[in-house]
Amino acid sequence: MAEEIKAKLEKYRTAPFDARFPNQNQTRNCWSNYVDFYRCQKALTAKDVDTAPCEWYKRVYQSLCPMAWIEKWDEQREDGTFPGKI
Amino acid sequence: MAHPSQLGFQDAASPVMEELLHFHDHTLMIVFLISTLVLYIIMAMVTTKLTNKFILDSQEIEIIWTLLPALILILIALPSLRILYLMDEVNDPHLTVKALGHQWYWSYEYTDYNNFGFDSYMVPTQDLTPGQFRLLDVDHRMVIPTESPVRVLITADDVLHSWAVPSLGIKMDAVPGRLNQTAFIVSRPGIYYGQCSEICGANHSFMPIVVEAIPLKHFENWSTLMLENS
Repeated sequence: MAEEIKAKLEKYRTAPFDARFPNQNQTRNCWSNYVDFYRCQKALTAKDVDTAPCEWYKRVYQSLCPMAWIEKWDEQREDGTFPGKI
Repeated sequence: MAHPSQLGFQDAASPVMEELLHFHDHTLMIVFLISTLVLYIIMAMVTTKLTNKFILDSQEIEIIWTLLPALILILIALPSLRILYLMDEVNDPHLTVKALGHQWYWSYEYTDYNNFGFDSYMVPTQDLTPGQFRLLDVDHRMVIPTESPVRVLITADDVLHSWAVPSLGIKMDAVPGRLNQTAFIVSRPGIYYGQCSEICGANHSFMPIVVEAIPLKHFENWSTLMLENS
């Protein structure tokens, strides 16, 4: 599983088509991947496992989300005011 | 770019725009034919001294002028739907670029590999160099590789804007808090111009969009150069 993700990450060009978000509005796509990355990190660190598989979500949200949104959400996470559940 | 007294579309630079152009030619031809026929009939009716007070109905002509329009409408609808579904095809982009609308400039972000972005301001009229286009040229263009599927995600920082490039057949609203996706393939190298298409304040007319399409190899050189300089 981790091997497959590593292979996918090496061949990464840009965020691929995600069938969960097939239409024009990709806001949720960006949001989901951002939140999924930090949830994945939290879950895997809690289990004391290598967090490398979480990198996929990070690459995708970096491709999709505007830099300003990411900075704002990072600040909110540090302040404890982030609206998502991580 | 647009030319003075231009009547038709700009030359197509993407396959979708080519289809739209041909569809428009097809539909406009039908419209011209119908309008000419109707105008002729009106002229004929108005300029004749012949009268007939005894026609009440005619089954044959009623059938013809019901079926023929229905057939013509189908001939318009089928290519139209074909293009509609073509535009919605699942695509596998090679590159994602984000276009953010601000008051009153666009900024572009290329973040697939590094966090790289820049602003794109219109060149003020007094600063134009010979050969540049007034109200259209910008200091930093959005550079794209040719013949590669590109995904553009459009949003805005403050108020509504709209990202439009007519020769690529694209117009997409830039809404604050929303990420609108569109995709295109640029068929040939060149420089393609567009203008903000949603009223956004005093300088709405002065925040143009310029897409520069270059072969992939040169695109890679450009992005390396931009990264080093930023």
